[in-house]
Amino acid sequence: MNVLERTDSGLYCRAADAWIDPSRPVSRALITHAHADHARPGCGEYWAVDVSEGVLRQRLGRDIHLHCMPYRQEFWLNQACLSFHSAGHVLGSAQIRVMVEDQVWVVTGDYKRCPDPSCEPFEVVPCDVLITEATFGLPIYAWAPGTLVATQIRDWWHGDRERPSLLFCYSFGKAQRLLAELNAIGVDEEVLLHGAVETVTRHYREAGVAMTSSRPVSELPRKDSLAGRLILAPPSAHRSAWMRRFRSPQTAFASGWMAVRGARRRRGYERGFVLSDHADWQGLVQTVLHSGAKTVYVTHGQSDVLARFLRERHGLDAQPLDQLI
Amino acid sequence: MNAFAALIEELDQSTGTKRKIDLIADHLQQADAHDAAWTVLLLMGERRKRLITGRRLREILQQASAMPDWLFDDCQSHVGDSAETLSLLWPQLRNDIPAQIHNPEVAFWIDQLSSAPPMHWWMETLLPAIAAMEPNEQTNAVLTIWESLPDERLFLFNKLLTGGFRIGVARGLVVKAIAAGFNLEEALVLERLMTPWAASERWFQSLTAINSEERANRGPVPYPFFLASPLKQESIDAGPASEWWVENKWDGIRGQLIQRGSGTYLWSRGEELINEQFPELIDMAAAIPEDTVLDGEVICWAETEPQPRPFSDLQRRLGRKTVGRKLRLECPVSFVAYDLLEHNGDDLRSTSLQQRLRQLDELHQRIGEKPSGWRCRLSSGQQLGHWDQLDQLRAQAVERGAEGVMLKHLKSPYLSGRKRGYWWKHKRDPMTLDAVLIYAQAGRGRRANLFTDYTFALWGQPQEPSSNPQLVTFAKAYSGLNDSEILELDRWIRSHTQERFGPTRSVAPELVFEIGFEGIQTSKRHKCGLAVRFPRILRWRHDRTAESANTIVDAQTLCDQLANRGEAS
Repeated sequence: MNVLERTDSGLYCRAADAWIDPSRPVSRALITHAHADHARPGCGEYWAVDVSEGVLRQRLGRDIHLHCMPYRQEFWLNQACLSFHSAGHVLGSAQIRVMVEDQVWVVTGDYKRCPDPSCEPFEVVPCDVLITEATFGLPIYAWAPGTLVATQIRDWWHGDRERPSLLFCYSFGKAQRLLAELNAIGVDEEVLLHGAVETVTRHYREAGVAMTSSRPVSELPRKDSLAGRLILAPPSAHRSAWMRRFRSPQTAFASGWMAVRGARRRRGYERGFVLSDHADWQGLVQTVLHSGAKTVYVTHGQSDVLARFLRERHGLDAQPLDQLI
Repeated sequence: MNAFAALIEELDQSTGTKRKIDLIADHLQQADAHDAAWTVLLLMGERRKRLITGRRLREILQQASAMPDWLFDDCQSHVGDSAETLSLLWPQLRNDIPAQIHNPEVAFWIDQLSSAPPMHWWMETLLPAIAAMEPNEQTNAVLTIWESLPDERLFLFNKLLTGGFRIGVARGLVVKAIAAGFNLEEALVLERLMTPWAASERWFQSLTAINSEERANRGPVPYPFFLASPLKQESIDAGPASEWWVENKWDGIRGQLIQRGSGTYLWSRGEELINEQFPELIDMAAAIPEDTVLDGEVICWAETEPQPRPFSDLQRRLGRKTVGRKLRLECPVSFVAYDLLEHNGDDLRSTSLQQRLRQLDELHQRIGEKPSGWRCRLSSGQQLGHWDQLDQLRAQAVERGAEGVMLKHLKSPYLSGRKRGYWWKHKRDPMTLDAVLIYAQAGRGRRANLFTDYTFALWGQPQEPSSNPQLVTFAKAYSGLNDSEILELDRWIRSHTQERFGPTRSVAPELVFEIGFEGIQTSKRHKCGLAVRFPRILRWRHDRTAESANTIVDAQTLCDQLANRGEAS
């Protein structure tokens, strides 16, 4: 009997009568992290990591029925013993460990292996069966340390004081990591934020993450040219009406996808900084090997590629997740 | 080499045209002339001999790293460029590859590399030397150079070695940059670029030399062609119709016929000398006075026939090195003259079209008296009386076997390149069919990892009366969708993939697109028995289901109609 099974609503644990990151409303949801494709509104009750509470409630509603658990603390739902373990993806992101009888399954959710000053590092959780993501599951993806990328960003920003520097990045996770990485390399100049970035950043400050000072760009007078300032904004703001207030800005995008030239040019940004909150190829392969799992299911992105590589090179029983019954 | 690498990196990080022009102009002013010549050649996308194929380069990395073939394939179809894929993979794989034991010759090159040699040394000495090596030595050399280069240089090195070098800089932009950097007229730069290119100091110096007024005999060198843009109604409405000249737009190839004391030269728009393929036109040119240059259309057209043959007849000649007697008889050729650029040594390009046409008319009459003079035809045109006539004239032109009309301002000088305002082309509406999307393949460059190369099918006859009709491949098309449609379609393709064959995917036959094309003819080479010219997507037919798409029989009917129109008139 499998500990987890695939249903129309997502991964289901029969022993706990609970779904992991369900794709539609269910009675009980276990949430790996608060990104919109993992945490959806409308469920009866939610179980998640305590530090993710602020962002979760902001996104799913103040009055959701939410059970908060610290990392590593075991709790029982019916016949299943569950615990959350840090995934190193964003603030409060977790892998979920599910033990039923003597079988241990781990769902990684989204994760990364390189250090990130804005959230807890990834924890290796030994298991029998691992369900891993593979967003960047190709060997062309290999990340440089965040401090190095932060230095490139600072040099780009300080290299043109005549114009505003618009840096696009995901508003939850990447933006705060950038503020923390900049802080870590000694930048103490105030950074300006798009409204969508600002609302999430508040929760990071409450959680005590050390970041450079920041302010919503909307607080500055409209006639301010913003020359020489760094502004963080979500990709959806690129070429939007909001962008019109900046006079001929230099633009860049911070994302793992920027590793490939065509991907950057297609999006029309001048610069691409390669910074990801997902594991790179080595990170994915090492995580699988370290977990000791003999059976691996791969989901998101390059699931066929990673599964085949694990089978052929490492002799593991690895399949894309859609092969799980 | 460092300066060139820096230029490429900065160009890559700029999106504005103005900024790119400034960067190139600055670089060319400061660079050594020999290196600058190479920069111009590379930026203009001048085709060089391929030194090492992308496949060979990949083989070198693969043999050294034991990375499986399929994984390479997946990476490459994701990145869309083999040189870039290798540059991204090398930093990952280098630790698994044993350090190279340098053989003495390779060690010599590496030693040279450490002294920051100039760009022309890379292009003329190092890269050809690597290309000429024995396989083992070559592997050793490439791996050693990869080891010694910083990661950010790998891409450039691989690109230069594999020959293809397109980095998103248009030719026109380089011309503007040369003009700006050396204070020259763009037209003059274009004209100088018509001389054979060479990666030498002298060539670059003559390209950028200050303009000395006197223009020596150009010899066999053609003038830069003046190109027309597709007509936009709003762009002409302003002026009176009578200022415009309308003539047939023939479906041949653009040519410039030059008569000098030193010989006769027929150039195609692609700047290729095509004397050998059209010897009859060279004979005919004997009737043209010395130092005279005609602009016109090379087309298959028999002496006694009222209208030209289809483009496919011309194609039969273009593929040949020489044209035999049989082909000369089967595909008789004419030159339809429509402009006179130089006459008896006078450069007429700055005079008005009206003036040039008058002189062309006189010249044509004199040529016509000679034995093979019929091969030089005059493009019959007329002054436009009223704007309302335009569409009717176009319809008549199509009846006469033209692909539409040209609209030229009677006062227009003969400019160079594509300059808007004076010359417009107004082609017939394309033929269209609704076809079903059945395969998709990822694009390259800017379209890497996006499914942008599409294959479309029409409904064929059922194999047996009782069986269902089958979709038969009809045409491939790459252009016509806007960026948001491309993204939407890409997502759809990923979620409706049925099978994968390497980089190609077959998709559920559900989506219908209106495909436009310029011509259609029978073909033995194509599965459906028909070949189309310039197929492109006109629109996504959200309102249609696959069942309602057109059939091969419909396409056949179009083909027959086209053929009949040719014979009837």
